[in-house]
Amino acid sequence: MSKTYYDPDDLKKFGDIADFEPKLADKFFDYYGEVFKEGALTEREKSLIALAVSHAVQCPYCIDAYTQDTLSKGCSEAQMMEAVHVAAAIKGGAALVHGVQMMNKAKKLSM
Amino acid sequence: MAKSLKAQGHKLAKIEEQIKVLNGGDFESGDLPTFGQKIAEIGHAPLKPSKLEVFQINLGYMCNQTCAHCHVDAGPDRKEIMTRETMQQCVDVIAQHDFPTVDLTGGAPEMNPDFRWFVEQLTAAGAKEIIVRCNLTIILANKKYHDLPEFFKKHKIRVVSSLPYYEASKTDRQRGDGVFGKSIQALQMLNEIGYGKEGTGLILDLVYNPAGAFLPGNQASLEQDFKKSLMANFEIVFNNLLAITNLPISRFLDYLIRSENYQEYMEKLVDAYNPGAVENVMCRNTISIDWEGYMYDCDFNQMLLLKTDEKVGQHISEFDLDKINSRTIKIGQHCYGCTAGAGSSCQGVVA
Ligand code: SF4
Ligand code: SF4
Repeated sequence: MSKTYYDPDDLKKFGDIADFEPKLADKFFDYYGEVFKEGALTEREKSLIALAVSHAVQCPYCIDAYTQDTLSKGCSEAQMMEAVHVAAAIKGGAALVHGVQMMNKAKKLSM
Repeated sequence: MAKSLKAQGHKLAKIEEQIKVLNGGDFESGDLPTFGQKIAEIGHAPLKPSKLEVFQINLGYMCNQTCAHCHVDAGPDRKEIMTRETMQQCVDVIAQHDFPTVDLTGGAPEMNPDFRWFVEQLTAAGAKEIIVRCNLTIILANKKYHDLPEFFKKHKIRVVSSLPYYEASKTDRQRGDGVFGKSIQALQMLNEIGYGKEGTGLILDLVYNPAGAFLPGNQASLEQDFKKSLMANFEIVFNNLLAITNLPISRFLDYLIRSENYQEYMEKLVDAYNPGAVENVMCRNTISIDWEGYMYDCDFNQMLLLKTDEKVGQHISEFDLDKINSRTIKIGQHCYGCTAGAGSSCQGVVA
């Protein structure tokens, strides 16, 4: 058993989740594949969104995978970093906008 | 300017070392299947040609650039270039046959002092389509090359040029400082006399190969991005974008090893193996000639010194079309680079 929670080699084993439960895994991977196909958004746009979300959910596997994928799809480094800033802005904003809730509560409790 | 591996006396300048790396590791341990095993699964072992269509000639390893990914290990310090005698042997073979395409590569083929003479002879010998793999910067490298666009036009040459990205940073990291700016200038010169423009019949294709240890994405989408960006920023037009996978040979192999990407890159290539691409790997319709006139199944095999099967002859002086069309192609683990994803060849994707 490895001594860390995350091992880069585990990314390659993602498909193995089907070993314990194939039916749901199949449905998930089918769905996943379908989601990333060109549609109203291009594959490139979807990949940049995935890169941003990877940072928001802070998943090292996803960051690894979508860094490679955005590079392959020809995204520039500036575009990749801007995508991360979008994630950061939303995460920061999400924390800060709750400041209003804090203010409401504080006002209610204060004289 | 960076030096070639050869001039550095680098370990990988010895071809046996490259072959050792390529056959070692996960292939040796059996963790990854060999290319031979994979193509046997679909009945393509031994690998045989379809029909010879592309006669590719490498005019020498001399180049004005020293790109970090170069599978030729080309550079200004490489002195191996083709002589007129060997060129004449190629012309004779071409005159006797009816190959659809003659493809001139290097190094920078234009640096060979007999380049123009050779093109003229090829035209006179009835060569149909002539491709020159022009690195663009050569056009600006010296006054004597400034009129190359005119020369290309005169001989209706199809110009195929590398541009790994439509922005400076990635391009310059792969190809050298300032290369992007000069490439743009050269592309504008080519456009100016009609190259890449509709209705002129003068074809200008760009080659995209990833600036790093990743695989090229969808060729059509990349072409759109390149066209949009080059038009918007520089008013440049071109015909097709050819997406080419970097093969783990020579300086790209050295880069992979140094950056600790080698193992993962090979896994990626094997993982992306597409049996549908095997049908159209370029060695099936190509022969590659080196500066001394030796024959190879492709330019990559040339760099690994894997000459054509000795039973069918290994030198242009022994050229026999029937034999060439029935030869067994020499393969290795580097071949996975030709079958990853949509496949890859000197003409871009194949599947
Ligand atoms: S990749 Fe082309 S331009 Fe660059 S060093 Fe090699 S031969 Fe020269
Ligand atoms: S590397 Fe050469 S021999 Fe191997 S598959 Fe590609 S074209 Fe054929």
